[in-house]
Amino acid sequence: MNHSEKYEAAFVSALGISKDDLPGLQYQGVAAWDSIGHMQLIFALEEAFGIMLDTSDIIDLSSFEKGKELLRKYDVEL
Amino acid sequence: MWSFESFYGNTAIVDESGGITTYAELKSAGEALISHMTLRTLAFNLCSNEKGSLLGYTAFIDAGIVPLLLDAELDRGLLCALIEAYKPDYLWLPQNIAQEFPLFAEVMAIWGYALLKTSYDKAFPLHDELALLLTTSGSTGSPKLVRQSYANIRANIVSIAEYLRLNATERPITTLPMSYTYGLSIINSHLWVGASVILTRKTLMHKDFWRQFENYGATSFGGVPYTYEMLDKLRFLRMDLPSLRTMTQAGGKLSPELHKKFAEYAKANGKNFVVMYGQTEATARMSYLPSERSLEKYGSMGVAIPGGEFSLIDVEGNEIHTPETVGELVYKGANVMLGYAETGPDLIKGDEQRGVLVTGDMAKRDADGFYYIVGRKKRFLKLFGSRVNLDETEGLLKAAFPELECVCGGVDDRMTVFVAGGGAPDDVISYLTEKTGFNRTGFKFVAVERIPRNEAGKTLYSELNELDH
Repeated sequence: MNHSEKYEAAFVSALGISKDDLPGLQYQGVAAWDSIGHMQLIFALEEAFGIMLDTSDIIDLSSFEKGKELLRKYDVEL
Repeated sequence: MWSFESFYGNTAIVDESGGITTYAELKSAGEALISHMTLRTLAFNLCSNEKGSLLGYTAFIDAGIVPLLLDAELDRGLLCALIEAYKPDYLWLPQNIAQEFPLFAEVMAIWGYALLKTSYDKAFPLHDELALLLTTSGSTGSPKLVRQSYANIRANIVSIAEYLRLNATERPITTLPMSYTYGLSIINSHLWVGASVILTRKTLMHKDFWRQFENYGATSFGGVPYTYEMLDKLRFLRMDLPSLRTMTQAGGKLSPELHKKFAEYAKANGKNFVVMYGQTEATARMSYLPSERSLEKYGSMGVAIPGGEFSLIDVEGNEIHTPETVGELVYKGANVMLGYAETGPDLIKGDEQRGVLVTGDMAKRDADGFYYIVGRKKRFLKLFGSRVNLDETEGLLKAAFPELECVCGGVDDRMTVFVAGGGAPDDVISYLTEKTGFNRTGFKFVAVERIPRNEAGKTLYSELNELDH
């Protein structure tokens, strides 16, 4: 899996949603992405890329697109 | 209930945009609202952490109108069933959902909330002491409600304000829904002392929450065990929050490891960490672990609150006096509810509890008199801090999927749905999460060959839980 696929897979598994729902997806935009789903998502992303997100980035990851931008700081190019 | 006139110039509410509402404004808006209403009636308050919701609650309580607090996001089917069952005179709800009830006329609107008059007029008589109704398991829409009196609420407020040493300089930020007894107790006790409540609908996984926390100088927050797991994940202990004074925890048993971690943090940083225990049936609070003992006694939920008293009883109902012996926890105090209501005619009932609550929780006491929760007698779980009755959940599933043979079990903070035959169809999973509003990670589905039952056809839950791995 390349980085983009890993990134998508983390969302799909953590939130239990389909890949087609990902573009434009926002925090609290679907029931599964509430604060609990968010925590699952952070776990999934950290595991997928072997990184530890900073607090400021965890609370800033407010959309599918925003996450891509934030991950660049951790040398994950998507 | 409160004496807003003593704190007229104080800020009562700071809202999400930083807007300020004084106690004087809260009082006069409350009077304007009440002037449109008939007293000693029943009103459903669809709560959200915003000032309209708080206005309705305080105005109703002060004027003797009985509110039932519900989450504004409650499943609409479940809400309609509650309206049918209790026939409230009014609905008080966010203005943007008022159009969902075209049959009810809008009487007035203020602060983003609207008052709707239903077609019912005093459908059921209300007992004189009845002040407030709260759900026992809000998410399943159960009609079983807790009846609280004015004296219950006052007793619990006074006690909480005393042991937390609250004063007008406090600024708690909301992390829990207002319709949830613990969230409500924070609002109640802070309005009592003239403090300022910071209202937010943002979760602590959102940047805006922390922006409000810092900008408005929050001094405290409360959290259920899951809140502390999230804070741990956020590496909260490394955050610099100079305004923070106190963190409280209730709504289920926090893991001893996290209890210790937060107690250590509090001690090292000059903050208070107060672990507590309560139930809606006791208005809210029954115990607290004083902050200065938090580290030494981690894992404990402390001692009875001022004015309350605990005892432990064995299976025969005899009191246990020996330390470290597990028994069922019994609480005595002026904050014990009047009783339950299951239907409208129950609202006329008086005090059935007489100040005594058999909690359904199993506990032990150490030699120093500190209590520890060790288990639960009744068939319910705490999902993300909210009580969920397993039998009611089974009932929901059976009604929606009559052909499906399933039962609900699980441990502590995760529900396991055992399904006989095949696995769990996707529509069962989405039905359950939609209906209850819980994140799907709170549920686990296990396919079993058949549901173990005894000869009488009763489900053998103990055998079932062995199949859960």
